[in-house]
Amino acid sequence: MALLEVNDLKTYFRTDDGVVRAVDGVSFKVDKGQTLGIVGESGSGKSVTCLTIMGLNPRRTAMTTGHAMWKGEDLLTAKASRLREIRGNEIAMIFQDPMTSLNPVHKIGDQLAEAMRLHEDVSRRQARKRGLDLLKAVGIPRADRRIDDYPHQFSGGMRQRVMIAMALINNPDLLIADEPTTALDVTTQAQILTLIERLQHEFGSAVIMITHDLGVVAEIADDVVVMYAAEIAEQGTTDQIFKSPHHPYTWGLMGSLPRLDQNVERLVQIQGQPPSLLRPPPGCRFHPRCPYVMQVCKEVDPELSPAGDDPTHLQACHLDEETKKREAAKLLAGMMAEAS
Amino acid sequence: MFRYLIRRLLWALVLFFATTIVTFIIFYAVPVDPARTICGQRATPECVHRAEIFLGTNKPIYYQYYKFVYRLFPFSFAGGFHFHEPSLGRSFTSRLSVNYVVGQAAPVTASLVFGGAILWMLIALPVGILSALRPRSLLDRFAMVGVLVGISAHPVWIGLIFAYFFGFKLGWFPITNYCNFFNATGECGGPVQWAYHLVLPWCTFAILFAALYVRMIRANVMEALNEDYVRTARAKGAPEWLVMRSHVLRNALLPVVTMLGMDIGLALGGAIFTETVYGLPGLGKTAINAIANFDLPTVQGVVVFATICIIVFNLAVDLLYAVIDPRIRLS
Repeated sequence: MALLEVNDLKTYFRTDDGVVRAVDGVSFKVDKGQTLGIVGESGSGKSVTCLTIMGLNPRRTAMTTGHAMWKGEDLLTAKASRLREIRGNEIAMIFQDPMTSLNPVHKIGDQLAEAMRLHEDVSRRQARKRGLDLLKAVGIPRADRRIDDYPHQFSGGMRQRVMIAMALINNPDLLIADEPTTALDVTTQAQILTLIERLQHEFGSAVIMITHDLGVVAEIADDVVVMYAAEIAEQGTTDQIFKSPHHPYTWGLMGSLPRLDQNVERLVQIQGQPPSLLRPPPGCRFHPRCPYVMQVCKEVDPELSPAGDDPTHLQACHLDEETKKREAAKLLAGMMAEAS
Repeated sequence: MFRYLIRRLLWALVLFFATTIVTFIIFYAVPVDPARTICGQRATPECVHRAEIFLGTNKPIYYQYYKFVYRLFPFSFAGGFHFHEPSLGRSFTSRLSVNYVVGQAAPVTASLVFGGAILWMLIALPVGILSALRPRSLLDRFAMVGVLVGISAHPVWIGLIFAYFFGFKLGWFPITNYCNFFNATGECGGPVQWAYHLVLPWCTFAILFAALYVRMIRANVMEALNEDYVRTARAKGAPEWLVMRSHVLRNALLPVVTMLGMDIGLALGGAIFTETVYGLPGLGKTAINAIANFDLPTVQGVVVFATICIIVFNLAVDLLYAVIDPRIRLS
């Protein structure tokens, strides 16, 4: 049994302008110790998917259907008290912006200890000791002194380390990292990613890595879900996605990876804007931006179906298999040529 | 820390001179001669002359101001360093020591202001927090209408309405008079009578502030609820009451402390409208009467007292803020 199995998850938000379909039928699963990368542009529904699983959406406006089976128990119908037991204990989360994710008026030691004492009946001293161990594990220098500091005394990278320490304090089975490196500078990004990878091995947690950076995914993910406009465009193993990408959107993402070895004036970009989730375009949601658009794309929403004869590699595109293979091969050949 | 205090004290001194000098100038800009007022309608030149010498108004303004400052500071260097009792001078009209006048009026105003502050916080905290938790709910809409009314309605009008209904029509509370908390005079005195006589003034005084604070607390709590660290707390599995207490309110109420300190400091200078409506012999009433009688020393006394209150409360707020908000360091 998979650790987490999400099935046809839909999250809609009621707003003054109408219903926003933030997540519209997403399915994936995460096995024990595995890493799943969820990739997509801002507003493609990556974060909302995970907040829904955690039950952290605003209750007043969010409507959710589908299933999120956690070790056989549906999180979407679980009681609030049960969810609280799971949150921070079995499933932990780190967020995009470490500058604002820690409470400015509490010492980081206390915030770490709080995370532990919410789930385990331990003394203040034990929790502090464990917090200190974790701070050392995530590489905070002079952790024994810094444990009594306040968040504003830490840099962004260090705060993200604290967040990671806080997330791991209860040995969670699943760590959801919501763009953990977006707000950090490039050198720090690499450090944080390496850290997450190392700790994943140490703690044996599964990881869901939400990112808009395919490079990050290539580096650490076992499986990849590519999301576009609240739906899954393509999903499969990292190998499948990178060796034979099947969706024009995935091609676009790969084409827009910045390359240091290449002397280009501008990065390649996907033309246009992501669609409004209030009134998504008919047919394939990517069609207004797709360079390969056909008449059928404007009318029929493509089903998520196996790519070729591989049932583990799913994609949602009307293009015929041959064109896809040819275009993907062209793209990859181009990237290889540039790289060599 | 020490340097910070020194700097604050120097600023306080500047503020003191600024307010008192402005009061002096405004007073002498009004074409009224206190000496002539004392001598009455048929003032003889001799009487006016004697009165001027008696009050000291025959001297130039700068000399009068010097005298005022000299009396107020507890030490002087004139003729060698020596200490003396700081004094605000004597009233032009009643000849009472202004120290005594302010000393009589200050407890009345303090009773009104501190009682009122407790009352408005008792209203504003729960209403503000509940409105923020349930925006657009019936309670929230009701509260927001109340806020609008509270901010728009003038305290004098509210005071008169209260006095009419709860005092005159229903007879629940006295409309006028003040009773000492200590030192009962006759049958009026003691904590119970004191509070009983202050119920209507407290309500009147608190309404405007309650409205302002409900609005502020509601906005702050709503803002804090959307903070990332609140989401973090929930993601840790914290129950909602803990999220509220330790993460939302702890942050949302920081600015409220500042506002409260400054408002109390300001109000101690005299809650003029409320005191006037209910005839409370507080600082506001004293100042109004003194202004009407061109009684400069008394006006000046109230100004000095109000300035000191504002300075002290602002300083207290700053010091307190450094304690409750770790991001603030005094330097």
